[in-house]
Amino acid sequence: MKLSLLLTIVATTAIATAKDLAVLGGTVYTMAGAPITDGVVLVRDGKIAAVGKQGTVPIPDNAEQLTAAVVMPGIIDARTTVGLSGILNSPHDQEQLETSSPMQPELRAIDAYNGRDPLVKWLREFGITTVNTGHAPGALISGQTMILKTNTEEITADSVIRPYAMLAGSLGADAMGDGGPGTRAKAVAMLRADLLKAQDYVKKLEEGKADTEKKPDRDLRKEAFAAVLQKKVPLAITVHRHQDIAAALRLAEEFDFNLILDGASEAHLMLDTIKAAGVSVLVHPTMQRAGGEAENMTMTMARQLHDAGIPFAFQSGYESYVPKVHVVLFEAAMAATYGLPKEDALAGITVNAAKLLGISERAGSLEAGKDADLALYDGDPLEFTSHCVGVVIDGNIVSREKR
Amino acid sequence: MKKRPLASLLGTTALALCLGFVVFADDSTTAKASPSGRAFVGAHLIPVTGDPIENGVLLVRDGKILAVGEAGEVAVPADFETIDAAGKVIMPGLICTHSHVGQVSGGDSSAPIQPEVRVIDSINVRDASFERARAGGLTTLNIMPGSGHLLSGQTLYVKTRNGGSIEDLAIRNEDGSVAGGIKMANGTNSIRKAPFPGTRAKSAALVREQFVKAQAYREKLEKAKDDPSKAPERDLAMESLVEVLDGKRVVHHHTHRHDDILTVLRLKQEFGFRLVLHHVSEAWKVADEIAKANVPCSLILLDSPGGKLEAVDIAWKNGAELEKVGVLTSFHTDDPINDSRWFLRSAAFAVRGGMSRSAALYGMTMAGAKMLDIEEQTGSLAAGKDADFIILSGDPLSVYTRVEQTWVEGEKVFDLSDPEDAIYANGGLGAGTARFTNMCCFDVPTLRR
Repeated sequence: MKLSLLLTIVATTAIATAKDLAVLGGTVYTMAGAPITDGVVLVRDGKIAAVGKQGTVPIPDNAEQLTAAVVMPGIIDARTTVGLSGILNSPHDQEQLETSSPMQPELRAIDAYNGRDPLVKWLREFGITTVNTGHAPGALISGQTMILKTNTEEITADSVIRPYAMLAGSLGADAMGDGGPGTRAKAVAMLRADLLKAQDYVKKLEEGKADTEKKPDRDLRKEAFAAVLQKKVPLAITVHRHQDIAAALRLAEEFDFNLILDGASEAHLMLDTIKAAGVSVLVHPTMQRAGGEAENMTMTMARQLHDAGIPFAFQSGYESYVPKVHVVLFEAAMAATYGLPKEDALAGITVNAAKLLGISERAGSLEAGKDADLALYDGDPLEFTSHCVGVVIDGNIVSREKR
Repeated sequence: MKKRPLASLLGTTALALCLGFVVFADDSTTAKASPSGRAFVGAHLIPVTGDPIENGVLLVRDGKILAVGEAGEVAVPADFETIDAAGKVIMPGLICTHSHVGQVSGGDSSAPIQPEVRVIDSINVRDASFERARAGGLTTLNIMPGSGHLLSGQTLYVKTRNGGSIEDLAIRNEDGSVAGGIKMANGTNSIRKAPFPGTRAKSAALVREQFVKAQAYREKLEKAKDDPSKAPERDLAMESLVEVLDGKRVVHHHTHRHDDILTVLRLKQEFGFRLVLHHVSEAWKVADEIAKANVPCSLILLDSPGGKLEAVDIAWKNGAELEKVGVLTSFHTDDPINDSRWFLRSAAFAVRGGMSRSAALYGMTMAGAKMLDIEEQTGSLAAGKDADFIILSGDPLSVYTRVEQTWVEGEKVFDLSDPEDAIYANGGLGAGTARFTNMCCFDVPTLRR
């Protein structure tokens, strides 16, 4: 059965790339303007060629057609560990956290990702087409994340959107233990010490441009930190307690890097401060377990960030047990239960997630010129009773399963 | 079941005495403060054991449902308080057949089989998880010890009544004893270092050994009926297992893989105990065998498969597949695996997996009542039953619906419009802590919240 399924997909893919694809939806959420009733998305050579009301967009006679009640941009999971934290949850398939040292910014997600883990397919078939995945919270600096499409099974030079998308760190309980710092103050002191060294490294790199004699020896660890200080990648710090959020903001101010608050369970206690700092939030999964340092989390967090005008995106985060991966679509849905307007919930897994990740030129909305990543549903995508009925990535139909 | 168990009155009195003043049992005050009954009028009623009623009337008196019917058909007594529930949906209180709320613990790591251990001796009734359960619309819970043992102890059936002690919440058998089952498990969770089993076959052998022993103990008890001098020495573990053999205590059996499920059925066949299969991740593979054994299933529905070796093939279609072959099917949170506040989502996922809407709603309520032997008291909106119900803002399966109120035996235990309740429903600062960290001495009724 698996073989025949594979052949079908291969065949479909071949046709889809050869022909145009027209995706018709009763409602098309473009996320770039109001939803279109009876809309169509025309796909050509893996890109969106046109979007509009049916009848206004000419569909070539030989175009393949897909139809669904609802069509929306392929979903973006702005922070996950899928592909590193495997389905079996056995030591041999858990690659998301290395605890041999409290700070290992040189650990690359591209060297750890298993694109064939069944959980990647699981997410893909619900309409998730892009993920920012990589090292998990649990160390002061746990490593890098990367951005790629969920049909990428092999990591090659051009199969990944961003091989180094974020540097991932933690403060609070997540940073401590396992040979890491013993207190909050020590954690910050250790991070500051390394950022100072990286500052010096960046300075030498600059000097080395004019005078190669002054160029420092390559240092993988400092290089990874340097990318943060040069604002090539943001530092995403997983924090829950309000004092840790404050510490993260303090660090960002001292070292002038792009900070993303990850988790931020107690952000509701300091919305004004976060807004004034101008940082974005990778809001914790709405269904995050309400315990430990996240005991004061609220399912209204996304709504509160939205109301405060703080940019945010949803994430599936990291799960240590069952269920091994969250589906970011469901996290957005649950945020709607707790008062986030429906289209803002959809924005948090599409257009706003693309903005936060800096990939808006390619993904997050249905607009001509962008990657043809689409998710099709037989009803309101946020309803738990609806099904995902089709997924398109780069113009290829990657799933027709009813999920 | 009594509305106010003796133990609760004693508890209140004892507390009052130790604080140095006397509190009268407040039943009379309660009666004075509240009308003789309440009429919930205008809601869409989902009785579960009957067809939905579009414009319904639900009459509640003395903690019981007095009548359920269409507006016009059910007369509202003049002295009843009328509550306008137009635009709302009212359905029976949700029953979670497998929960770990209240910081519950069972057996320790000294042995794989500990039937003498009672979870009632471990539960923190003031833990915030009880508030979350009320906020999720749960009115009945089967509180269980964990699955790291072949047999981890005696479970406890509770109502989510307001109460300051576990006795206040416990459901009672007719003889006054607390109601509960026994928790068993097989597969990988209970395979641990010695004295725990190292293999599946050893797991089954250890269980069989104890049940054979219990059969012998029961025989001795039988023989001693006429001659007490022949009675065996009291053995707490054996007493508990005899209750299992006698069908007084239902086995709630954690099991995931198809072969483990069949092993449980084999043990049931041999020892004749009453059984509910829990989690049953691979139920869809052996649905016919489960149906043939006539064993009910309590399912968990998760965001994704995996997280442990045995749950790789868990599927939302379990509900649909069991419905097809006529197996009684309920759902559970396994709180904290699924937070109690999102329990209704289980029904939605089951429907997504192909189960009928009516079977899914039955699974959230009446099916669980049957599995806990309390179907006469709760599980549906029917005259004579306990007034356990929830008021929803809309369709129970819709993501946009909130649980607005939870009522247990005619008493409101959760109200979303009450800010103190809302914090447990939504989360926020203080949501993780018990409601009353500082007990106030002058307002005794609040102690019961």
